[in-house]
Amino acid sequence: MLDIRNLHASVDGKPILRGLDLHVGTGEVHAIMGPNGSGKSTLAQVLAGRDSFTVEDGSVSWDGVDLLAMPTEERARAGLFLAFQYPVEIPGVSNAYFLKAAVNAVRRHRGEPEYDAMDFLKRVKAEMKTVGMREEFLYRSVNEGFSGGEKKRNEVLQMALLEPRLAILDETDSGLDIDALRTVADGVNRLRSPERSMIVITHYQRLLDYIVPDHVHVLSRGRIVRSGGRELAHELEERGYGWIDEAQATPAAQGAAS
Amino acid sequence: MSTLEHWLQRYNAGRDALPGAGVPWLDALREEAIMRFADEGWPSNRLENWRHTSLALLEERSFAPAAAPLAPEAVLQRLRRDGEEAAGGHWLVFVDGRHAPALSELGALPAGAEIRALADVLATHAEAVEAHFGAVDEGASPAALNAALATDGAFVRLARGVALDAPLHVVFIGGVREGASLVRNLIVAEAGAEATIVEHYVGVEGAGDVQAGAAAAGTAGALTNAVTRIAAAQDARITHLKLQEEDRSTVHVAQIAAVQARGSVFASHSLSFGAQLARNDITTRFDGEGCEALLNGLFHVDGRRHVDHHTRIDHAQPRGTSREFYRGVLDGAGRGVFAGRILVAPGAVRTDAMQRADNLLLSPQAEADARPELEIYADDVKCAHGSTVGQIDEDSLFYLRTRGLDEAHARNLLTYAFAAEVLERIGLAPLKRRAQAAIRARLPGGELMEAL
Repeated sequence: MLDIRNLHASVDGKPILRGLDLHVGTGEVHAIMGPNGSGKSTLAQVLAGRDSFTVEDGSVSWDGVDLLAMPTEERARAGLFLAFQYPVEIPGVSNAYFLKAAVNAVRRHRGEPEYDAMDFLKRVKAEMKTVGMREEFLYRSVNEGFSGGEKKRNEVLQMALLEPRLAILDETDSGLDIDALRTVADGVNRLRSPERSMIVITHYQRLLDYIVPDHVHVLSRGRIVRSGGRELAHELEERGYGWIDEAQATPAAQGAAS
Repeated sequence: MSTLEHWLQRYNAGRDALPGAGVPWLDALREEAIMRFADEGWPSNRLENWRHTSLALLEERSFAPAAAPLAPEAVLQRLRRDGEEAAGGHWLVFVDGRHAPALSELGALPAGAEIRALADVLATHAEAVEAHFGAVDEGASPAALNAALATDGAFVRLARGVALDAPLHVVFIGGVREGASLVRNLIVAEAGAEATIVEHYVGVEGAGDVQAGAAAAGTAGALTNAVTRIAAAQDARITHLKLQEEDRSTVHVAQIAAVQARGSVFASHSLSFGAQLARNDITTRFDGEGCEALLNGLFHVDGRRHVDHHTRIDHAQPRGTSREFYRGVLDGAGRGVFAGRILVAPGAVRTDAMQRADNLLLSPQAEADARPELEIYADDVKCAHGSTVGQIDEDSLFYLRTRGLDEAHARNLLTYAFAAEVLERIGLAPLKRRAQAAIRARLPGGELMEAL
């Protein structure tokens, strides 16, 4: 479904991704773990189309389509969803307007009829209930003054409404207490389906107790350096990331030279 | 002929026909005022307060009415239709600076509320106006020209404790048969009185239409010169909203000057969306303790248009609170100027003043100046100010695009949201909606933003 080959990306001339390979099959949940600065968030942003990153080399094929050639909004309409690590506050735009505009942009693309106000409200209120958001959040500005947990719930709400084929969750666990983490993870688990692939990016193993992945990858210095099953996450939990860097001393030197 | 001579001739030929002509104090005041204007001329950027906005262009200009004006009836109808509570409120309408009784609809007023055309009051009992008319040396030279030649305006007097139930809309439709309108509004609120007053300035060539020929070259077009004086007695509450939607060839020069007595509350919303050049001087002075003022403003420029707000809040007495928020949306090669002066007099302790000015540039040719000027001569005060000039936030843009909104929609949405935040401070919902519709009509993609 998603095929990333030899992906190199840089920001302001500084290489961040240095030959990343990853294959995500339909319906699979892949966790990407790694220390700070390993390129996890860059990967998420590059896949979503952030143009402050420059793709230097490599390819990303998504169901046979060149993902990197698509503008950000077209990726979204085609079913790619990025749950932000730091959801952006947008003063002056109500959550209701934002959600409706997003859902209808995606529905138009799919050739489905746009929601009118009534249908939309019915749908969104039902989804809010499942992620534990009060209705007042509809009429507040997007993410403005939301707590960390409320922002992440809002991300999961958007994911539920947009029904993506590929969801990328960028450190969705950061800044959450255990109750909020559980609610958010429940929301994500409800959206697991054989048609929907997910990439779950996290620094900590804890999230993976709740969102159990099919595959775990370790990212270090812009490359996947180890892949395995969920037991790999436990190993990282016990041993930390230090050993990865040591084990990677030689390949990393190659990466730096390229 | 320079316009200086034009104005002197106009004064000499027309003074006996001005409302209240023959009333000694008024004749003397007009005489002095025209002399001041003749002496000073239009302000140019040699004056510090006019550094960014020169009116020297007016010296070479012929003041022409619109080439193909809409009927004032049609302009008014559109204005009244735009608000959904259109039928409500009190409407006092002026065409080319003269009261149009047939278009006005004051409706029932509460006892103790007097709302009339200034010309009528000057003709019948000018003595009621004398204390409120204003002095020759107030404001810059255009205000003096206004004092000499103003033909009409709204006169509003609210007796002690009287509250106006619905907004008073004062509508000025300019450039129909005459090129220049000079109007003066006097608002007198006695103790505890309360009112919301809306001044609309509208052109007759269709809002936002680009015009060709001389108008585009800036050598012909209409002029509006307006002065509004507001006296708020103890505990009075006055909300003033000005919606400037003049034609793109009009030069609009206006002053709003309030004086507040103890415990009074004054809110000014200045929405400046039209005109080739608009200059607004907005001032308030706290003459008693515990006054509150809100100066809230939004402007939009595009093409080569220019909008300037100069504000001044005079904290002359203790325990005054002022809040000031100005925002500008600048497109094309538009220019925006904001200068906000806050004066805290000696002894004005426990003053609490806050000022913000933020500008959003939509084009690399647009230019914004924001200048705070705080002069504080008292101890134990809280004063804060901040200003920004920036572009659309890239993080916000990316966030919206990752949700499927195309780039243009996302940009328009963020632009409108930036502007609409100012309008949230307008307390009355129908007025807020009217203001939102007015800015939406000017911003790209505004029609998509209705349900925001």
